[in-house]
Amino acid sequence: MKPDWRSHVPQIEDLARKLGLDFSPVIFEAVPDSFMTEIAVYGLPVRMPHWSFGARYIYQLLQRHMGYSRLFEVVFPGNPGRAYLASSNGLADNVLVTAHVLGHADFSKNNLLFRRCQDQGSAHIIEHAASHARQIERDIESYGFNAVEQVLDAALSLEQYVDLDKPLRREHYPEYVADKPLPPDDAFRSRFATLDAAAESAPTSRKLRAPLPPHPERDLLWFIATYAPEMESWERDIFLAVREESFYFYPVFSTQIMNEGWASYWHARLLREADFIPQATYLDAIKCHSDVVRPVATGEQVALSINPYHLGFTLWEEIVKKSGIESARQIMREDDDFSFLRNHLTREIATEMGLFRYQRQQNGPVKVVAADIEELHESLLLEKYNFGAPRVSVSEVRADGTLVLQHDNQLDGRGLDPERSRKVLEYVKRVWRRPVLLKTVDAAASAVELSADSAATA
Amino acid sequence: MSSDSTEKESQTLTGWYELFSRGSRDWLRHNEKIREAVRQHLPQIVAGSDIINDGSRTVKVPVRMLEHYRFRLLASGESQGVGQGKAKPGDTLGQASPASGPGQKGAGGRDGGGTELLLEFKVDDVIEWLWEDLKLPNLHPRVGPSDETEWKREGWDRRGARSRLDRRRSMKESVKRRALDANSPTFTDEDLRFRQLNRRRQPTLRAVVFFLLDVSGSMSERDRQLSKTFFFWVAAGLRREYHFVDIVFVAHTTDAFEFSEADFFKVTGSGGTVASTGFAKVREIMQARFDPATYNVYMFYASDGDNAADDRAQAGSELESIAKVVRYSGYVEISAGARSTQSETIQLFQAVEAAGLPCSRHSITGPDDVVAAVRHFFTLESKASAQADNTGVGP
Repeated sequence: MKPDWRSHVPQIEDLARKLGLDFSPVIFEAVPDSFMTEIAVYGLPVRMPHWSFGARYIYQLLQRHMGYSRLFEVVFPGNPGRAYLASSNGLADNVLVTAHVLGHADFSKNNLLFRRCQDQGSAHIIEHAASHARQIERDIESYGFNAVEQVLDAALSLEQYVDLDKPLRREHYPEYVADKPLPPDDAFRSRFATLDAAAESAPTSRKLRAPLPPHPERDLLWFIATYAPEMESWERDIFLAVREESFYFYPVFSTQIMNEGWASYWHARLLREADFIPQATYLDAIKCHSDVVRPVATGEQVALSINPYHLGFTLWEEIVKKSGIESARQIMREDDDFSFLRNHLTREIATEMGLFRYQRQQNGPVKVVAADIEELHESLLLEKYNFGAPRVSVSEVRADGTLVLQHDNQLDGRGLDPERSRKVLEYVKRVWRRPVLLKTVDAAASAVELSADSAATA
Repeated sequence: MSSDSTEKESQTLTGWYELFSRGSRDWLRHNEKIREAVRQHLPQIVAGSDIINDGSRTVKVPVRMLEHYRFRLLASGESQGVGQGKAKPGDTLGQASPASGPGQKGAGGRDGGGTELLLEFKVDDVIEWLWEDLKLPNLHPRVGPSDETEWKREGWDRRGARSRLDRRRSMKESVKRRALDANSPTFTDEDLRFRQLNRRRQPTLRAVVFFLLDVSGSMSERDRQLSKTFFFWVAAGLRREYHFVDIVFVAHTTDAFEFSEADFFKVTGSGGTVASTGFAKVREIMQARFDPATYNVYMFYASDGDNAADDRAQAGSELESIAKVVRYSGYVEISAGARSTQSETIQLFQAVEAAGLPCSRHSITGPDDVVAAVRHFFTLESKASAQADNTGVGP
């Protein structure tokens, strides 16, 4: 029987509240390592079945076997929040992790992006995801494994294509083009109306059907679920289920550096001020802390990656030191990783941390290149734009039902990988049930049109 | 919420995840999908010929993890990123492997890289895939001395074993009886009906397949391996599909011998090629043990086609006498590539074909052709049966 870390939880919670953290109650649960791995892979404690998760799961298990990564905890925001702690954590680990979790709980209750998504229902994402999973199990019983898997193949491959600026429950587009208001004083028109013949030929206000979509639509999951010509309603539900889960994942994804940094800042601070923790436990916990926020490269080493915990932690320490905890809380409420890095990662901090930008030609050596601080920001944020996916939107549904997707190669800088894209189009075609096209550019930057058909032999 | 209720709640939950792993479930599904995908690469699996010799019941095939495709940008020639450590602009770094920070948690998740797996396939499964829709061509029932008998379901009786009670029929009887007399009990023993079994004589299907292999000096080690691979999968498939098939293994150089199956797959030889000795041996065994009047006889011959020129007439007549009585004969030519001229053996078989006898040829130039060859010979029935009905020896 391990010494019980739970006895420290109320004390740490009290201390955290005293220091100004504002969080919803958190349910702590210790779970086996294999379950931790599953949560990390699926992103949620219960989620729909799909073979791609299985592949990632094994990959994670291998990684863990080789000692590359270790998971201490996963937190789910909400009221109450839920924290899963690895049951292999020691007492000291768990004291630290409890403090860390409270940092996350504070962050997710107050950060605007999180709050917006929670207002849309992601406060209950665990329950919702579990009910999606249950529904999909039922679908498998009713419609067969392969039919359901086909839909999941398509929906999950478009996982990142949601529009966070629109509500989770979105209205359909208006069906007709809004009538243009008549110019107030149109001499010709009024004179025309006085003519006899005009009375007969006067245009009965003919409504003009709006084009579909009226503007490029980047919420592919919603668009397909709503406008696919021949989708079954259970298939649409699967698309919307995946979309709802993406709404939950987005703030987690786009505030990772801030969020982990914030939690690390608070676990360090709570630990320092927690006089009720025995000395030995404290020392172990501090050791664990320094492992978590350790830079990837120390001493003379050089690494081609950064530890987001380290980056976030360093930035928050700096902000609190310079402008105090209140303005730090303000930043925590209002920023996401984009504004956080741009506003607060200064040249001085970057130099102190030893951050550099590198480039590598294909199979060539890695070259460290000079970069001003803006370039460094963009380099760090490059992977974060658009949920980390190329920008693809629906541009048109043709009269024959053909779905036309447009890739924004201007903004992304280059075209799409044609082989992979065709496979995705194949997935989509199976649910859209009409031809599906994708416009992008090839390696030589000339326009190409990809379609699922050309690879249908596979 | 106090931590007391927290305690209770987690207590009730504890454990379900120890009984069930979603990760493993989805991993199994992934592997199943890989298996389906690998089926498309049957030729490569079948060509893994080491199974013939080590007698294992499984084949190991390296496969890549499946990728769940997403839109991805074209791989550009150059990549970039932010690193950290002691480095200044202008430095050139070695291939430092990107390490990841400790204790990171995964969000939405990326795909795991290009890990390779070694998947094991049961030989039985491979045979099943290979032999889907494959048949012995022109198989006819032969009425022989040992007719097979089979138990068939036939008729009903009022008495019988409990396990053969026919509920539906018993119920009908009950309904009929009660229609006549409304006051009688719902069910009586008289209503019960049992299914009966009867012994039926069945015409026998008997077949023998001759594997004739040229092991002369001109057949290289690779050629022999290819032909043995071919024979291995044919034998495995025949055994699986037809329990009544006999297989006879014959190898020849300038002389021919019958082998046991185990020895046949190990046999090597040297010296010249006199195909007529092989054909003569086949005919001899056939006459002694497998009368074409009561057996469906098949012969498959594998050779590199370099028969001795002075054997042409002899081999031709031997082959013709065989081809006249067998249901079907096949010739597999093992060659390193396309030839400019027709080989000796091909000419022999062409003569047989010209005579309208059921036979066919296929060439194997590499390991990947083995599957095609097996398919070629065992999907021919419809084509060849018309000929066979004209020329074959009637029952």
